[in-house]
Amino acid sequence: MLYREAGQFKTSYAADQQLFPIRQDRIGILVLLAVAFLGIPGMASEYWFSAILIPFLIFALAALGLNILTGYAGQLSLGSAAFMAVGAYAAYNFQLRVEGIPILVSFLMAGVTAAGVGVLFGLPSLRIKGFYLAVATLAAQFFIVWCLTKFPWLSNNSSSGVISAQKVEILGHVFESPREKYLLVLSIVVVMALAARNLVRTSTGRAWMAVRDMDVAASVIGIRLMPTKLLAFAVSSFYCGVAGALYAYCYLGSVEPDGFSLEMSFKILFMIIIGGVGSILGSFLGAAFILLLPIFLDVTLPWLAGLFHLPFSNATVSHIQMLVFGALIMFFLIVEPHGLARLWQIAKEKLRLWPFPH
Amino acid sequence: MQFFFEVLIGGLLSGIMYSLVALGFVLIYKASGVFNFAQGAMVYLAALSVVGCMEKGAPLWLAIILAFVIMTLFGIATEKFVLRKLVNQPPIALFMATIGLAFFIEGLAPMIFGNDPRALEIGIVDEPIEAILDSAGMVISKFDLLAAGVAAILVTTLALFFQYTRIGRALRAVADDHQAALSIGIPLQHIWAIVWGVAGFVALVAGMMWGARNGVQFALTFTAMKALPVLILGGFTSVPGAIVGGLIIGASEKLAEIYIPPVMQSMFGGNFGGIEGWFPYILALLFLLVRPEGLFGEKHIDRV
Repeated sequence: MLYREAGQFKTSYAADQQLFPIRQDRIGILVLLAVAFLGIPGMASEYWFSAILIPFLIFALAALGLNILTGYAGQLSLGSAAFMAVGAYAAYNFQLRVEGIPILVSFLMAGVTAAGVGVLFGLPSLRIKGFYLAVATLAAQFFIVWCLTKFPWLSNNSSSGVISAQKVEILGHVFESPREKYLLVLSIVVVMALAARNLVRTSTGRAWMAVRDMDVAASVIGIRLMPTKLLAFAVSSFYCGVAGALYAYCYLGSVEPDGFSLEMSFKILFMIIIGGVGSILGSFLGAAFILLLPIFLDVTLPWLAGLFHLPFSNATVSHIQMLVFGALIMFFLIVEPHGLARLWQIAKEKLRLWPFPH
Repeated sequence: MQFFFEVLIGGLLSGIMYSLVALGFVLIYKASGVFNFAQGAMVYLAALSVVGCMEKGAPLWLAIILAFVIMTLFGIATEKFVLRKLVNQPPIALFMATIGLAFFIEGLAPMIFGNDPRALEIGIVDEPIEAILDSAGMVISKFDLLAAGVAAILVTTLALFFQYTRIGRALRAVADDHQAALSIGIPLQHIWAIVWGVAGFVALVAGMMWGARNGVQFALTFTAMKALPVLILGGFTSVPGAIVGGLIIGASEKLAEIYIPPVMQSMFGGNFGGIEGWFPYILALLFLLVRPEGLFGEKHIDRV
């Protein structure tokens, strides 16, 4: 009833090819954007912006990048955090060393640099796949973090590679308060998410999916594996790189290489598993879930322990967190391999008939 | 030159330690096609259970038996509650499930046995052998030699087990082809439970060696990170590959740590220590470009 595409006739190619062909989707997206751009800035508190909303958007962007590589092109990567690190440090160095470069351009260049590094570490994917490739991307994870720590030039000779982001200034306006930073991050993420949504339905996106489903078959039907896989690595690392730059400039302010640890890479991987592998929406849902879960546990566990008079320490919280993460990953892989995004899809199917199922 | 040999031998012996962990990966991969990322966490769990049981007052031998029981039960539970539900899923999904499993163990184990670092005494101290120190002037640790001996015994036992026992033959059949093995009446699920039990045993041995050397602490889970390049180099499906790969990785890593940073320092200035973290990976990666199946791995042929 509410969500039914019956009666929506497409009379032009433009109407048929638009990004959201169903009217309800268009309305939904517009409402969502309106809430995000107009509603939330008016309501949310400082804490919400800097502790929840900004990291959510940034990690959603990184998860989106990984989802392009893993979900669409089928190449598992365990090095997303390292590509974020490349982005953060590249943005820093562009700002530092190029006179008068606009910050948005240096974010863009951060993405491009990360893409270049991503292609470099994607090269092995032409010969190897599956776990072998996953292990190869671990090489990127360790090597990049080590490089950033050890080459003093990259962090402008600061001790142990810590960098402090310069101020974010666009057209003379300095983005300082969490609210302004939120709006900046939101705009970038929205543009990139829509671009990704468009990208995965083009011939490139379809080629990626063909490679994911079976690369030998894909090459037989005339998809050139090398450019396709490398492009997936490039685009994915571009997204991660921009996410990394935003992470440094709009979220933390100062970052160190060790912050972009293997654990963070796993976290991003968990986001796409829980959110939905091969789904743009899933990246957002997964990021929200993974970020909110620890906060939820932090709040509820002490309360539960108090209820049952159990001894309780902070170490236990972090252990329970890991345990719950692990259990959830296994649970989702077993019960719903397509993640939260699939649940949303099922809900839409139901909404088609609801409230008159017959 | 003598220093070179000392580093080389030290590296080879520490490589054996990597092989111990890598063996667990190979066993499970061979028998069920699952790349078990949780092997490092299993090593941690095994070492923790030994220490935990000893803290409760059990003597070493009893603690080892109890730990073995725990590992076996754990392996069977994993098979029953996780892997069995994921039959017919793509291997990459299984791989990700084992990442989840690793997190699960890393959270669960310290909750049961406590997470403060502890020493594990197994009666051998990590000190140089005096005879060699006196005659050749080289430092070779007793402990490392013991580890090498244990690895040798372990590999021989496993080889004999795979080659000559009924279960071993069944294991190899399952590894070769699940369907064919099922059709001639091999109970797949028992076999998998056994494999996870055996992998738990290997993790126990590795956990005791690593735990005795570095103390039982969370860092034990990172032994898996050390074993991965070994696997790539040696091939996922080969027990001898795990040993040879371990030797190569161990030796080259230690040599690189000694000889590469000074070169880089003279080129760029600054301190370039700690390349052990990534050097094995880059080495394995370069090797992969030449031989994607590893040294002793089976050549993989794709069919549409």
